[in-house]
Amino acid sequence: MAGEAHSESGGLEFHPLDQFEVHRIFGDGPVHWYTITNVTMWMAIAVVCITLLLVIGTRKRAVIPNRTQSVAETLYGFVYKMVEDVTGKDGIKYFPYIFTLFIFILFSNFLGLLPMAFTTTSHIAVTAILAFAVFLTVTILGFVKNGSAFLGLFWVSSAPLALRPILAVIEIISYFVRPVSHSIRLAGNLMAGHAVLKVFAGFAQVGLIVAPIAILGVVAIYALEVLVSAIQAYVFTILTCVYLKDALHPSH
Amino acid sequence: MSVTPAENVAETGGAGMPQLDFSTFPNQIFWLLVTLIVIYLILSRVALPRIGSVLAERQGTITNDIAAAEELNQRAIEAEAAYDKALSDARSEAEKIVFQAKTEIQTELDVQMLKADAEIAAQTAESEKSISDIQAGAAVAVKSVAKSTAKEIIASFGGKVDAKTITSAITARMKG
Repeated sequence: MAGEAHSESGGLEFHPLDQFEVHRIFGDGPVHWYTITNVTMWMAIAVVCITLLLVIGTRKRAVIPNRTQSVAETLYGFVYKMVEDVTGKDGIKYFPYIFTLFIFILFSNFLGLLPMAFTTTSHIAVTAILAFAVFLTVTILGFVKNGSAFLGLFWVSSAPLALRPILAVIEIISYFVRPVSHSIRLAGNLMAGHAVLKVFAGFAQVGLIVAPIAILGVVAIYALEVLVSAIQAYVFTILTCVYLKDALHPSH
Repeated sequence: MSVTPAENVAETGGAGMPQLDFSTFPNQIFWLLVTLIVIYLILSRVALPRIGSVLAERQGTITNDIAAAEELNQRAIEAEAAYDKALSDARSEAEKIVFQAKTEIQTELDVQMLKADAEIAAQTAESEKSISDIQAGAAVAVKSVAKSTAKEIIASFGGKVDAKTITSAITARMKG
């Protein structure tokens, strides 16, 4: 299909990955760590949106909520219940941290779906830091709360004794793979979705026959991406809860 | 979303993925940390306590309303029970009064009957006595009349009988 497109319109070029580029907003020059870039802008927009929903939306503190407050309360209740169900009562005090992660990822994902937007969570640098922060927190918390008993997470005492060392190796590998899968899952899903969107959008410039199909494809993929945005935020959050549960209650 | 002809084809390294352009990593990481801290502060200081308190307040309102409804229901049940009790009390009271009245009437009736019976008996006795008196008086009168009559008859026939004989004869006759 790509060859056909090229033959039809000659100079057609695909740059589905351009949307992921980090660049300065003001002036030219190298991107330093403090430079205000499109990353800064879209993260700031996320902060503004989160504030609008969760702070401005709830300012009336109504017993009978209006729509915005109702959405804020639903998100609160959803994450609160998730934390409570997965980690138990003693996990509740980590609820603000988990909610911060959830709301940031959710808003970044959805804001990234706006046309011309930059998706901060499609970058492995961002998701890796998120996942690594979770990994580090959970590991330190596990040792602080349980001491060396935290290592019991790797020693499956319900398995036959001969199998335990092998299982321990597997458990340890899986434990250290966690942050990798945790971060790549999120970044990969969003990047792939957005790239596919852009590819379909590129075909939309091609001829009368291909364009409608491509536009339908964009709509379909966009719908899928809306779903993926919510699901990936949910998956990241619930996995965080599961890891936190392991840290608080390491016994199998 | 349209593809703008980009001037930088594969300007970034590797497979041309901006995600793997390590020169932008410090920038992204820095702004991510700033963002997360800002969000965390906004949430933990303002948003989450507020939403939590609103939810708790709502739960409290609902619980209070349910409790109030429960109490009202209880009071309605109590009122109904009190009403039923008052009704049954009144009914039993009425039965008692009816029974009492009946008993009183019966007693009064019995007393009056006895009194009447006694009066009747007394009058009967009196009547009997006066009858027997009259009978006795009549017998005496009959005796004396018979005696004098018998004496006169015998005298008219020229006979002469002493009074003693006549008396005994009459007495004998009257006994028969």
